Amino acid sequence: MKMPRPDPAPIARRSELIERLQAIVPGEGVIFDKDALRAYESDGLSAYRQPPLVAVLPRTTAEVAAVLRLANEIGVKVVPRGAGTSLSGGALPLADGILLGMARFNRVLEIDYDNRCAVVQPGVTNLAITQAVAGRGFYYAPDPSSQIACTIGGNVAENSGGVHCLKYGMTVNNVLGLEMVLINGDVVRLGGKHLDPGGLDLLGVMNGSEGLLGVVTEVTVRIQRRPSTARAVLIGFPSNETAGDCVAAVIAAGMVPGGMEMMDRPAIHAAEDYVHAGYPLDVEALLIVELDGPAAEVDHLIGRVETIARAAGAVSLRVSASEDERLALWAGRKAAFPAVGRISPDYYCMDGTIPRGALPRVLRGIGEMSEKYALKVANVFHAGDGNLHPLILYDANHPGELERAEAFGGDILKLCVEVGGVLTGEHGVGVEKRDLMVHQFTETDLNHQQRVKCAFDPGGLLNPGKMFPQLHRCAELGAMHVRGGKLPFPNLPRY
Amino acid sequence: MTETVRPRDEAEVVAAVEWAAGNQQPVELVGAGSKRGWGRPVEAQAVLDLSGLSGVTLYEPNELVLTARPGTTLGVLEDALAGGRQHLAFEPPDLGPLLGRPAGQGTLGGAIACNLAGPRRIKDGAARDHFLGVKAVSGRGEAFKAGGRVVKNVTGYDVCKLLAGSFGTLAAMTEITVKVLPAPEQTRTLVIAGLDDLAAVRALTQALQSPHEISGAAHLPAALAARSGVAKIAGIGSSATLLRLEGFGPSVKARVESLQGELAGFGDLAALTDLDSKALWREIADVSCLVDEPERPVWRLSVPPAQGAQVVGRIRETLAVDAFFDWGGGLIWLAAPADAEAAGAGAVRAALTPWGGQASLVRASAATRASLPVFQPEAPTLAALSARVRAGFDPLRILNRGRLTADS
Ligand SMILES: Cc1cc2nc3c(=O)[nH]c(=O)nc-3n(C[C@H](O)[C@H](O)[C@H](O)COP(=O)(O)OP(=O)(O)OC[C@H]3O[C@@H](n4cnc5c(N)ncnc54)[C@H](O)[C@@H]3O)c2cc1C
Repeated sequence: MKMPRPDPAPIARRSELIERLQAIVPGEGVIFDKDALRAYESDGLSAYRQPPLVAVLPRTTAEVAAVLRLANEIGVKVVPRGAGTSLSGGALPLADGILLGMARFNRVLEIDYDNRCAVVQPGVTNLAITQAVAGRGFYYAPDPSSQIACTIGGNVAENSGGVHCLKYGMTVNNVLGLEMVLINGDVVRLGGKHLDPGGLDLLGVMNGSEGLLGVVTEVTVRIQRRPSTARAVLIGFPSNETAGDCVAAVIAAGMVPGGMEMMDRPAIHAAEDYVHAGYPLDVEALLIVELDGPAAEVDHLIGRVETIARAAGAVSLRVSASEDERLALWAGRKAAFPAVGRISPDYYCMDGTIPRGALPRVLRGIGEMSEKYALKVANVFHAGDGNLHPLILYDANHPGELERAEAFGGDILKLCVEVGGVLTGEHGVGVEKRDLMVHQFTETDLNHQQRVKCAFDPGGLLNPGKMFPQLHRCAELGAMHVRGGKLPFPNLPRY
Repeated sequence: MTETVRPRDEAEVVAAVEWAAGNQQPVELVGAGSKRGWGRPVEAQAVLDLSGLSGVTLYEPNELVLTARPGTTLGVLEDALAGGRQHLAFEPPDLGPLLGRPAGQGTLGGAIACNLAGPRRIKDGAARDHFLGVKAVSGRGEAFKAGGRVVKNVTGYDVCKLLAGSFGTLAAMTEITVKVLPAPEQTRTLVIAGLDDLAAVRALTQALQSPHEISGAAHLPAALAARSGVAKIAGIGSSATLLRLEGFGPSVKARVESLQGELAGFGDLAALTDLDSKALWREIADVSCLVDEPERPVWRLSVPPAQGAQVVGRIRETLAVDAFFDWGGGLIWLAAPADAEAAGAGAVRAALTPWGGQASLVRASAATRASLPVFQPEAPTLAALSARVRAGFDPLRILNRGRLTADS
């Protein structure tokens, strides 16, 4: 993956830039020591590393605005960063760019239980929001597995999901308002505590914009009461197909479970070896179905799920009888990534979404590719919404293996698109899938997206090299060539 | 004279928009026209009628997705979905009658373009939250697509969000994919009689803070309750505070019982059964109680829900209004006096200041709608940004010119 060629000018004027940043953010807020900058050289896509030109850690919206205005004035690129857990390289720094760390924006500003929302700064972690409201039985629903570390600002930028998002939505469905700063220093507020902001839905488009449109400085999220009961069922199947059939049948029966996760044989074994969750090892696929709500509902639906699972050919079935047991059933799934990390020096996590009906075909395809590339793969799957996470095992110390893993991953994602799916369900495009965008979108599609970028950041200074395979100049994109004259379809009905 | 062009497929939409752009001839986009009266009057001599693009093209109940052309009426969609025991969870209202048009005309394209949402908004979101993918023709006369046909997707910018609620100012949609969800097996409504606005919003707030998954939370003051078509509400003789619970039988039963206990301090909680519940929430979604008296301007306010009653209280200090609450107090539908100065805009918008929110003038004469901001004016930096976004899609302001703002 190539990043844009560094611009020598800001590199040559680095000390001047540092001084001007220090005038904006006093104290320890500007980091320029080469060793200290190492801390920022990569995010969760650790195969890519690049220390930034300089890092700055502002504390206030005014400081963010001043930093962006400065960058805009002198034409220096800016990469926003939350906790750096992005799996797509969204926070990968640039050699000629400022790394804008939002970690100091770490305060919960207001909890408004009557309006069922919380106003927080973007550097607050996902889990900290839930912890701040847990005392009154509330929680923030989207729960990425990285929730102890990742920030709400990063969640907004990636529109992150979690195992509960089939029922409770992604980040975008749970954010009510934002404050953000544009590259020209303008501070813009979107939405608030009301549900329907009106006007063009810029709040919607900010979610999943991967740090390319503006820097988020405040977030208002919806909080809700935790369901009174949650129970999980662990179901083993003799094949991926039968597990997939069960998922379809659960949905067809009118249920939207709180969570519905699937693991294939390699993932089951890796997880069981790691956490000893008591997973059956003689099955090809495991399904975890979690039902939440009032006890009466959960009991009723567990019965339905059991019937459906047996009819679909389940060979083992365990229902959690206590909260401890429910957590134990989840433990293996939640530890699936680190478990795979234990059995392989490196792994590469993919994130395509497919129409669920295509699951058997896609898993078969992945199996064939695994042989072709001579790399093992373990699959975990947000089965309810069709979001597939193949984990490709490789060893970066073996020359060529990283490249092979990337080619393998690219082929998987192309297959996802081919069957009617998409390149990424929750991890974002970043640098990782940037060059694959042309497999999902035409140039016209991409031009329409890039014009949104032009409206926010005409100079292309915010997080360049991410999301788009090639950036057109905004002036070129803005031009419109009109063909005047008559309606070209003379028989088009007119009245 | 107005010229109407009625394309039958995407290529004809492209041709029509190219023609409009080439001649600098703005066009008004219409589906069935049921919500044509909402927004500033469009400054266009020509109409691009999209009702010819209709029909469901893909429905996969097990994948929770449906694709249809924009001119498909909501009735046709609901029938198709009923076959799979599913529904559009955002419960699109039929605002036709409120706007002086026949009922049952609204299209999928219109529901998305206006980002409609019914009472279930508090639990399941608005049209934008269910809008997965689109094919559209921008004001540049270029066909493009965005999103996809899977329920979870973060590939590229979420351009669907921009189109939802854009009132046709960015692109003419030619195909729409939405997320569909299982329809609830059972619906119950709990009714508390006799609360004033403030107490009612407190009751709704308490219910919405419970774990009981309330899917409708509304309050009808006495005068508007009396207009209900549901006999038990019309005859209640006081205000009616309403809470809807939906889902599987045993679950609904348990939640109804819990809630009756928890809210007992507010009065008796009588339960309405399925049929009455459905009719009642349809009326609330469709703003049926304000349909009569068409000369009265009607406003729609979205405010922080717990402050809904206070907002209306402030408006009442200077304006005699009829108002009811949905979304737990967060959505206010309000009829101003027919002769109110500027349709009451001054009082309505001033009342928003302490707590935030927005107000849109949904029903008023064309002259009134041309004379004041129909949609909530935005702060200058936001307005400028929105205008730049619009210009990216439609630089010549060919589509629905002037509908959102005078210079949009
Ligand atoms: C072990 C592991 C498990 C994971 N599980 C999940 C999962 O279940 N679901 C899921 O969706 N993701 C998951 N992720 C991915 C990742 O955690 C999410 O994408 C997360 O939202 C990133 O948050 P962050 O604070 O780390 O952001 P970063 O990685 O620092 O940044 C991510 C992007 O956001 C931008 N950004 C950050 N802050 C701001 C801001 N304030 N304003 C504007 N832009 C900003 C950055 O420029 C970058 O483009 C996982 C990652 C790991 C390592």
